[in-house]
Amino acid sequence: MNPPAQSEAAGRGWPTGVSRAMPIVLGYVPIGLAYGVLAQKAGLSALNTLLMSLLVYAGSAQLIAVGLFAGGASVLSIVLTTFVVNLRHLLFSAAVAPFLQHWRKIDLAGFAYELTDETFAVHSAQFASEGVPGRAEVFATNVTAQVSWILGTALGVLLGSVIADVKPLGLDYALPAMFIALLILQIQDRVQVAVALLAGALSVGLLLAGLGQWNVIVATVIVATLGVMLERWSKKRS
Amino acid sequence: MEQETILIAILGMMAVTYVPRALPVMALSSRRLPQVVVAWLSYVPVAVLAAMLFPALLIPEGQAGGQQIDLSLGNLFLWAAVPTLLVAWKRRSFFGAVIVGMVVVAVARLVLGG
Repeated sequence: MNPPAQSEAAGRGWPTGVSRAMPIVLGYVPIGLAYGVLAQKAGLSALNTLLMSLLVYAGSAQLIAVGLFAGGASVLSIVLTTFVVNLRHLLFSAAVAPFLQHWRKIDLAGFAYELTDETFAVHSAQFASEGVPGRAEVFATNVTAQVSWILGTALGVLLGSVIADVKPLGLDYALPAMFIALLILQIQDRVQVAVALLAGALSVGLLLAGLGQWNVIVATVIVATLGVMLERWSKKRS
Repeated sequence: MEQETILIAILGMMAVTYVPRALPVMALSSRRLPQVVVAWLSYVPVAVLAAMLFPALLIPEGQAGGQQIDLSLGNLFLWAAVPTLLVAWKRRSFFGAVIVGMVVVAVARLVLGG
């Protein structure tokens, strides 16, 4: 492994960066494919389907948006839901910020564009254990990941016209399964288990009450606020 | 929905996705977020994921149609969550869990003729 300064100066390290992205690629291609197929079924044009993977590049938000498009939700509710779903990236960005203080703004802007759950997981583990590698290596990981996401999407677009029904392939379970996996990997203590159960129950309640477009946002904001209040209260008491 | 409307939604999604990704790393590389904001944000991922997951499992047809909680054995999405959850929990594997969930649903439909 090159020392950071040296590899940065030489702009080397991109093959290492590409290889670091391989576990991500293995996941992004099939899920991107599922997204591509489902987007076609939801009535998105091939161009819009690909543009979303290029411009938004956020797997779970894209799959959620496809569901909302299919259900005829408004633009405002789709954008707000995306905002809430992707707010977690604020934390990822804040977590890597101290490691990247020496980077130029333009590089940080490019890095942030491709900061996903998975690239964050790869980078944060590496930054903390081995330090920050050269920009070429970091960007190689990010670009490889996004290219694989777009390729998966393109495959899905192509298959979308061939596959009559996504159900026999279980593609309609991609999103629930993704939520389960993300949720389990996020939960670290009992307070978070309580937060999850409460938010889930509240969301279902709001949906049954007829607030179908807003249940996720409202439940999240209320329960996250309750979580902070509980945390403060239990700290004061102890 | 019109493709132009979808494109507007995509551009809006792009903006609201990019700002949270870029803001901390660009604006506060040396400073830190206020404690209360960090605490609030730390609950958002779990809350938002659960808020999306529970309806998907309990009210399978989601947006439209019968808005009823379905706890029956016929609710494939609900019981396929068990192996998915186990793989995520025991193996700590994100993609493994997703693939297992989709395969379980696909195989169950093949066997049950759903």
